[in-house]
Amino acid sequence: MSGTPDTKTPATPARRGFLGVAAAGLGGVFIAPGIQLMEVAQAATPSAGANPQVRWGMLVDTSKCAEGCSDCVSACNKENGLNPQVSATSAQWIRKIEIKQISTGRTASAPVMCQHCAEPPCVDVCPTGASFKRADGIVLVDRHACIGCRYCMMACPYKARSFVHEELQEQVADVPRGKGCVESCTLCVHRIDQGDKTTACAQACTQGAILFGDLNDASSDIAKRLREVQTTQLRADLKLDPGVRYHGL
Amino acid sequence: MRTDHTQFWLMAALGALLTGVGLGAAHYMELHGHVVTGMNNQIVWGLPHVFAIFMVVAASGVLNVASIGSVFGQGVYKPRAPLSGLLSIALLAGGLMVLMLDLGRPDRIIVAATHYNFKSVFAWNVILYSGMTGIIAVYLWTMFERKLNPYSKVAGLAALVWRFVLTTGTGSIFAFLTARQAYGSALLAPLFIVLSFGWGLAVFLIVQATMYKWTGLKLDEAIQRRMARLLGVFIAASLYLVAVYHLTNLYFARQGAFEAFILRDGGLYPQLFWLGYVVLGALLPLALLFHPKCTGARWTFAASVLVVLGAFAWLYVFIIGGQAFPLEIFPGSVVSSSFGDGVVAAYSPSLPELLLGIGGLGAAYLITVVGIRALDFMPQDDFALGAKH
Amino acid sequence: MAPARVAFGATPPGGRHQRPGRAGSAASARLGLMWRLLFVLLLGVVGRSALAAEGQRTPVPVIEKATAGTTCVADPATMRRTHMDLLKHQRNDTVRGGVRTGVASLKACINCHASQQTHSVTQGETNFCVSCHSYAAVQIDCFECHSSKPSGAAHTAAVPAVQTVGAK
Repeated sequence: MSGTPDTKTPATPARRGFLGVAAAGLGGVFIAPGIQLMEVAQAATPSAGANPQVRWGMLVDTSKCAEGCSDCVSACNKENGLNPQVSATSAQWIRKIEIKQISTGRTASAPVMCQHCAEPPCVDVCPTGASFKRADGIVLVDRHACIGCRYCMMACPYKARSFVHEELQEQVADVPRGKGCVESCTLCVHRIDQGDKTTACAQACTQGAILFGDLNDASSDIAKRLREVQTTQLRADLKLDPGVRYHGL
Repeated sequence: MRTDHTQFWLMAALGALLTGVGLGAAHYMELHGHVVTGMNNQIVWGLPHVFAIFMVVAASGVLNVASIGSVFGQGVYKPRAPLSGLLSIALLAGGLMVLMLDLGRPDRIIVAATHYNFKSVFAWNVILYSGMTGIIAVYLWTMFERKLNPYSKVAGLAALVWRFVLTTGTGSIFAFLTARQAYGSALLAPLFIVLSFGWGLAVFLIVQATMYKWTGLKLDEAIQRRMARLLGVFIAASLYLVAVYHLTNLYFARQGAFEAFILRDGGLYPQLFWLGYVVLGALLPLALLFHPKCTGARWTFAASVLVVLGAFAWLYVFIIGGQAFPLEIFPGSVVSSSFGDGVVAAYSPSLPELLLGIGGLGAAYLITVVGIRALDFMPQDDFALGAKH
Repeated sequence: MAPARVAFGATPPGGRHQRPGRAGSAASARLGLMWRLLFVLLLGVVGRSALAAEGQRTPVPVIEKATAGTTCVADPATMRRTHMDLLKHQRNDTVRGGVRTGVASLKACINCHASQQTHSVTQGETNFCVSCHSYAAVQIDCFECHSSKPSGAAHTAAVPAVQTVGAK
């Protein structure tokens, strides 16, 4: 051994050179495409389609909701091609919740679906911007961008989102949905965009418990009704301003 | 030399095997969908996330050793800085591997890398985590390349700042969730930072002790005692913040049911919390590190292993227990539905999840082994104390 | 002076010496080249697709005819090159903007191009999307989510089954 006290001998120049070139090359390979492709995801794209003057919403009259009735759920399943078989991993865009108040003993029944908040926490947390709020207030998942991280499911106070845990076969043509992506109630956006005036669940309810309409239109049925009866939003304390309101809770 | 060579290849083979098993499990999960795991629509983040978040937080913390050397000028830590940097990169890579492979659509990583919603902490984390690797690489470079040694302090400072932001980002993943009673607390970001100190140092001590043993060397007693005491301080600080978190929650009537669940009634979760984290993961290590009779390197090693096990226990309670407790959509009412409303969600980890998590640890281990073999990461104590770094 | 510490048989400082007389790499490179050429030739022979049309020198995929009496959005050559771009740029308008009247509608493609036998564009080997994509070895991601079957239901009436050329 030579007399140098320091044992840290520099690597041979050839090796260093190789390492340097490799690092630069790798860096270039990683960065270059990103510069062209990187875009900032937008929460809502204004266009001719969704009308920003409109805000779609729902009014659920729980006094008309029968305990054990799930017509709205069946209709939603049929409309969107969901598997009606309930399991821990099955997608449920709407579900009936049976409620019993502890202090008074009063019971109620209510369908709960995505509340289409004006300040949706699911939209805030989505890393790719796949969870977004459309100009007309409908909160949707853009499955082209969804990576299936499930962060939005953690963020939703209403547990509205479902994750598709297995491969799907017979999707409805108007409702594309697939394994590995997150989904939730779309307010039947595929029908609404074609000019339909209501959603499948509202249509199916024989008691007329669900009323769908434009919250921003003062002359719409839903707006008139909201002025007449007392309604609440679920978890109103979170100040998310949901588009779904409940009467009778 | 010959046994060294064989030993390396055996260790690398083990690391490759573990990583391969993890990749196989990920492939199985991707092929069949998450239905083959224990995760469902109630517990959306499971065992892989426990592993991944441990690794990411420990990655940030293990760099502490280097920071104490470079930024705070403590001479004893300077020769340890390169190993600390390597471990940080290795753990980060392992943790990210698990996170990305657990995605519902891992084939969409490119989308995640090119579409950013900057309101989301996850989007920031994509940049923070990958940037961390780059910064540590530069930091290592300043330490290895003699001409760049004067810059290692600046690089160390940059790494320190970046990893504070990164760990804040990790804690904020949960802190920013308004929905669940377990999360949504501003305390979580500093809590994760302090946890990272303890977990990172524990991992470093385990790796350092193992390396010294295998090369037949003995770590200087004074250095070993010093690092052991530091680990003790970090564990105590973590325990303090966890206690504050729970005490505050206990004060609020609306959090009462949740705290009762986590601390007393939740079955597995209180057991893991009290026995796994408080006793085995905090109190026992503190005793092993500070008791006058326990001054040997073996006690420090045992304490470090216990801290790591306690970390897993705490994360399991935090991540999975936090999801198991039902959301309160109708406060003051008892609810039931077909979607698990009002009931504690059940979760049993599946084999693919466990293998994926182990695969991540295996990847970190493999990177460490190969790195140590390829470059000069052994802490050179006798020479470095006097040398200019 | 204590010897330098190295872990796991790493190269000691000062480097390892090259062993003299090692077989020249040039010779092994030539041998490698020969094997590679053989392999490529073998591939060419074995790789004749079962779907090759008769009498063709280069095998091409069999493309089933679309619904009779209809014309596509653009001519076949243009569509082959640009259908992915048309779909990709349209989809953001549709999903995020709610614009349902665009020219490049995937549903319209499927309505015209679905096979008469399998009623799908992906089920059979010679079905429209699958035959070209498997030939080109480009994985289609669309049908993980999108239905591959034509939609004849009433509420898709807004999407015309026939698109005229140059509508954009």
